[in-house]
Amino acid sequence: MSPIVEMPALLPALPEILLVVGAMALLMVGAYRENSVQLVNGCAFALLVLAALVVYALPSGRIVTFGGGFVLDDFARVLKILTLAGSAATIALARDYQAAERQEKFEFAILILLSTTGMLMLISAADLIALYLGLELMSLALYVVAASNRDSIRSTEAGLKYFVLGALSSGMLLYGASLIYGFTGTVNFAGIAKAAGQGGLGLTFGLVFLFAGFCFKVSAVPFHMWTPDVYEGAPTPVTAFFASAPKIAAIAIFVRAPITAFPEITPQWQQIVVFVSIASMVLGAFAAIGQRNIKRLMAYSAIGHMGFALIGLAAATPEGVQGVIVYMGIYLAMTLGTFACILSMRTSHGLVENISDLAGLARTKPGMAFFLATMMFSLAGIPPLAGFFAKYFVFLAAIKAGLYALAVIGVLASVVGAYYYLLIVKVMYFDEAAEPFERMPGLLKVVTGVTGIFVLLFFVYPAPLVSAAAAAAKSLF
Amino acid sequence: MILAALFFYLFAGVCVASAFMVIAAKNPVHSVLFLILAFVSASGLFVLLGAEFLAMILIVVYVGAVAVLFLFVVMMLDVDFAELRQGFLNYLPVGALIGALVLVELLLVVGAWVIGAGVPKTITAPIPPMDAITNTEALGLVLYTRYVYYFQAAGIVLLVAMVGAIVLTLQHRARVKRQDMAAQVRRTKAEAMEVVKVRSGQGLT
Repeated sequence: MSPIVEMPALLPALPEILLVVGAMALLMVGAYRENSVQLVNGCAFALLVLAALVVYALPSGRIVTFGGGFVLDDFARVLKILTLAGSAATIALARDYQAAERQEKFEFAILILLSTTGMLMLISAADLIALYLGLELMSLALYVVAASNRDSIRSTEAGLKYFVLGALSSGMLLYGASLIYGFTGTVNFAGIAKAAGQGGLGLTFGLVFLFAGFCFKVSAVPFHMWTPDVYEGAPTPVTAFFASAPKIAAIAIFVRAPITAFPEITPQWQQIVVFVSIASMVLGAFAAIGQRNIKRLMAYSAIGHMGFALIGLAAATPEGVQGVIVYMGIYLAMTLGTFACILSMRTSHGLVENISDLAGLARTKPGMAFFLATMMFSLAGIPPLAGFFAKYFVFLAAIKAGLYALAVIGVLASVVGAYYYLLIVKVMYFDEAAEPFERMPGLLKVVTGVTGIFVLLFFVYPAPLVSAAAAAAKSLF
Repeated sequence: MILAALFFYLFAGVCVASAFMVIAAKNPVHSVLFLILAFVSASGLFVLLGAEFLAMILIVVYVGAVAVLFLFVVMMLDVDFAELRQGFLNYLPVGALIGALVLVELLLVVGAWVIGAGVPKTITAPIPPMDAITNTEALGLVLYTRYVYYFQAAGIVLLVAMVGAIVLTLQHRARVKRQDMAAQVRRTKAEAMEVVKVRSGQGLT
């Protein structure tokens, strides 16, 4: 055994390295410079955009480094760019909120940066250790930002609840990972795939526990209980963050792990995904009906949408994975647009969060009402908006894979879900006007406008996202 | 071999018994002391496995730092543990049910593992054979090279924990006077002192 070991190639991990080094530099800037919040926020935004450009510019093809623990393929590229876009948009969304609520803390942007690093690591994870470390890095920063408004009881409760339940889910995930390691003798996904044929019962147990951890992170039923409370309690920009970037990263690993590590036992995990998907869609559709708080409503909406996205995984085909990626891309735009509108719900008394506060918005603020209505129609999946195509791709994949019952239940659930989305449109357009909102800050207008136009005009030119998703899905199989 | 087996059962037995006492002891300080006993017997198990480096790390990190920190927290926070235990009996049936389920699952898994004899063959050993180098050396060879990615990632996780603890607890009080070393050192004679000529009988105005 020669003691000289080759250093692994660092280039594929350049975006992660960039973010971490940048975050540490900004930490120093924030700690030693007075009033540097705007500077740190601006630099963090620039770093996220730069990292997305680096991901785009990295050499193509499938590159594996760090002893098989880190993989950069087309799947990782597309989802990393989506994640980075979600994080950058969150920092933009948070600026005016923090100034208005006197919560200007430079650590917020730094925690977002570090959490995003964890997401990128999670998306690229090709073994169980990298998976766990990426997941913990992502979640630990999320727990802190959930409680970041520490003078508010609801925010600290949200943080604590998320932390305790998150620790439980991490424990289950680790237990599953240790079982998988014990039965296959390796932590590497490719190695597990080779050994999975002889795994038997224990391996399936490990897989179930692993899935429990994933379900918690994507807030799929039956591990969804934290979602409404945390969404409601956390500061609104943080809720927007929870609903966007971490969901994409968690779905990415939820897709990558079973498809690359357990192709031998596809029928076994397929059943679990089908169950989780149906339960999430149904609960998301029915439990949201009674909600009065729009952040809680968005939480149930997120649960439902994760169910729809998982339909693609249940198909376990390249078309299905393509559907998942298209779904997540469109969901990201819809979520960010909706939260940009929610963050503009500010009357002279401060921020309001109830659906009844939106009454008569079409008369007081026709522009905002139009964009919010667009988002609601799209979330409900009404053609020709983008949300329809998201559902179209996953349902098509499910039918091609012969999962007719799943597709039918999905369509029915989306009909039920349409009720509460359309209710918001009705409140905005046909009810007596409530107290008008204050002017929408410029940055929120930009986010609303960009996502709104994407959602409205997706059907004109869907090729970039759809073809990128197709290439990404191919790289997994 | 018999001696090794004897010590294994000794350490394992003490470990399980003290782990039980951690949750059963009435006095929280006793709980922490039992926790330390559990750590020490676990490190004894590591020595039996030939992993003496891990055994020492367990003692240094867990007993030396973590458990002592626990002890400080328990003594300083003055939590009323008797009150916390109030609901214990109410939750006992549900807890026992979940515990039994997990136990059954574990037994199923262990059974499958014993039966599935082909499994250990796939185990890939990244470390060199034990008689070539010691296990401390083996860890040192791979920790900063092959596993540098995981090592750095774990470091960043700890950094996030530190930043998080500071964000959530540090309070900047506006009225508290702070010592600023740099400002003190920067003071010069010109700005700190003023020489005043005082005429006798007139005083300072």
